[in-house]
Amino acid sequence: MIVAQAKPFPELAQMLQDARRVLVAGCGGCVAVCQAGGEQEARILAEAIRLWAGEQGRPMEARAVVVPRQCEPEWAQSLGPAMDEADVVVSLGCGVGVGFLAEVRPGMRVLPGLNTSFGGGTVSPGVFEERCRMCGDCVLGRTGGICPVARCAKNLWNGPCGGSADGRCEVDPQVSCAWHQIAQRLTARGETGFLEEIAPPKDWSTAGDGGPRRIVREDLAS
Amino acid sequence: MSRLSEVLAAGRFAVTAEIGPPKHADARKVRELARLLAPCTDAQNLTDNQTAVVRLCSLAAAVHVREAGGEPVLQLTCRDRNRIALQSDLLGAASLGIENVLCLTGDHQKFGNHPQAKGVFDLDSVQLLAMARGMGEGRFLNGEEIKAPPRLFPGAAENPFAGPSAAFRAARLAKKARAGARFIQTQVVYDLAGFQAFMAAVRQLGNPVPVLAGVTPPKSARALKYMQGIPGFRVSEEALRRMEGASDPKEEGIRLAVELIRQLREVPGVAGVHIMAIGWEEAVPRIVEESGLMPRPEIQETDGIGGAA
Amino acid sequence: MTRSEPLLVAFCCYWCAYAAADLAGGMRLSYPPNVRVVEVPCSGRVEPELILRALNEGADGVMVAGCLEGDCHYQRGNLRARRRVERLRRLLEELGVEPERVEMFNLSAAMGPRFAQIVAEMTERLRGLPPRKFQAVEEAGA
Repeated sequence: MIVAQAKPFPELAQMLQDARRVLVAGCGGCVAVCQAGGEQEARILAEAIRLWAGEQGRPMEARAVVVPRQCEPEWAQSLGPAMDEADVVVSLGCGVGVGFLAEVRPGMRVLPGLNTSFGGGTVSPGVFEERCRMCGDCVLGRTGGICPVARCAKNLWNGPCGGSADGRCEVDPQVSCAWHQIAQRLTARGETGFLEEIAPPKDWSTAGDGGPRRIVREDLAS
Repeated sequence: MSRLSEVLAAGRFAVTAEIGPPKHADARKVRELARLLAPCTDAQNLTDNQTAVVRLCSLAAAVHVREAGGEPVLQLTCRDRNRIALQSDLLGAASLGIENVLCLTGDHQKFGNHPQAKGVFDLDSVQLLAMARGMGEGRFLNGEEIKAPPRLFPGAAENPFAGPSAAFRAARLAKKARAGARFIQTQVVYDLAGFQAFMAAVRQLGNPVPVLAGVTPPKSARALKYMQGIPGFRVSEEALRRMEGASDPKEEGIRLAVELIRQLREVPGVAGVHIMAIGWEEAVPRIVEESGLMPRPEIQETDGIGGAA
Repeated sequence: MTRSEPLLVAFCCYWCAYAAADLAGGMRLSYPPNVRVVEVPCSGRVEPELILRALNEGADGVMVAGCLEGDCHYQRGNLRARRRVERLRRLLEELGVEPERVEMFNLSAAMGPRFAQIVAEMTERLRGLPPRKFQAVEEAGA
């Protein structure tokens, strides 16, 4: 899923200075699963905005709504009438949701309530880890299912680097060294070929370095 | 041919040292250090924004060293340059007569003074080595021909003490040799037994490339303890004990470095030492002298400016 | 409207604190009458939204009272409640609201006197805080 976390409130407050009627739009997709932007978080934020505005001595209306996924044009469109009743929208979707809502009403300010963080999952309750950087050219089949792009701080293809110590990454001892794990897993499987060969430079043009990406599926297109 | 390559080719025990460029635009100290180190070492490394702290660029510093009579080893990291910039810098270095290039992935920007920087890491050190070799052979990374190929003597670094195991580190050293490394500089050695285990693994792989063992004279017990805290460093208890008990820590540090160099010379497969005195370069001439490594071998100067003849 | 006493909303767990409040009444213990006790099935039921809404609707302070740690009828509800309250207090600070207006307590059903004491303490604390600004707005608008 797309993992996100709430923006610090003061940052949001800065953007909401002139607002009078705020619509807080939650999303029932990924951000609801990681408990950053679902229905409950939207209601909390709406209450928080009211409380903050009240304390500032200029009360604001703040209303929470939620759609199953903001990244579907139909669901995004369905928020149009509610958006019309507000003067500012705070989207608790990922960056995709914010962008889609902004397209629904290009004349309106649609603010991000979250920082969209990474493609990852829940490793234990309340702990989320990055697993995919969406580079557009998956190599997990050769690296034992452990991604050197998403999980090596230096994006190494011929690791581990000299900073790998006791299976930990030099950048953050809380983080496992991806290449240590790759080496262990492939060795255990008896698949050391990839470790020995000189992995060639990656083609980053599929990774967003080639410009914004677009996929067209003729079989699905209308 | 580079002096370093000739010393190694002749099978002479090589001695190299390190110069950290300054955090300002005045290169007098670099030239001064080059003059100090040139008589007692075969080549001098210029670090490339080491630990990701902004410093005078290694290529400019290498030119200063060369002009001061030294033999530069240009350190080049993948942290700050993509494949376009790396190839451009390699052409530029060769055009200035700088052949020795130490190909590094680079310390992560998180450790430096601009941790907000975007790390490039388009290539890693192994891929950089392969690219440098290819360029020497007249090919850009994309396969296009280079009319006047750069004359390069690429080297690499390896950490005998990093994970997962000494055998794995040796295999990675061999991989770097296959990619194009003509010499290897290792991480600082204090743990001789650990280093010997690593070299045994290197010998098992057929000693694929000359290895220069890293040596740092400790200035104090505190400096040693600090290094102990850095991932990938291994400091022996004995060295720490000796530094802590020393009445004159600097003298003890020099003694320790000299003893280590003498022991490292005896390790089969070690082709030289790389002395990283980090801010204490004044100690290097004495260390080299007392290690019995003076005078340095005479090498016939050959004209090396520009591309391959 | 002017309020002489601060309004305190107490979310009380059915299994302990609510019974303690009941006991305090049964024992004829005197405690400030400005508390509004809201029975919840477990302190873990008290979402941050409820606390924020209470503050938005005019409460000067909110207390969440759950079972003694280790005694939660649902194992960990009270522990979760405490963490949520702690997180909410950090948010309150960012919202410009004194975090000490909200507090988590642990009680057993037998602790009637303790309940009365907590209410008195919270009331005293809220009296010491500057009046909520939103009240001033309401008064000005009235």
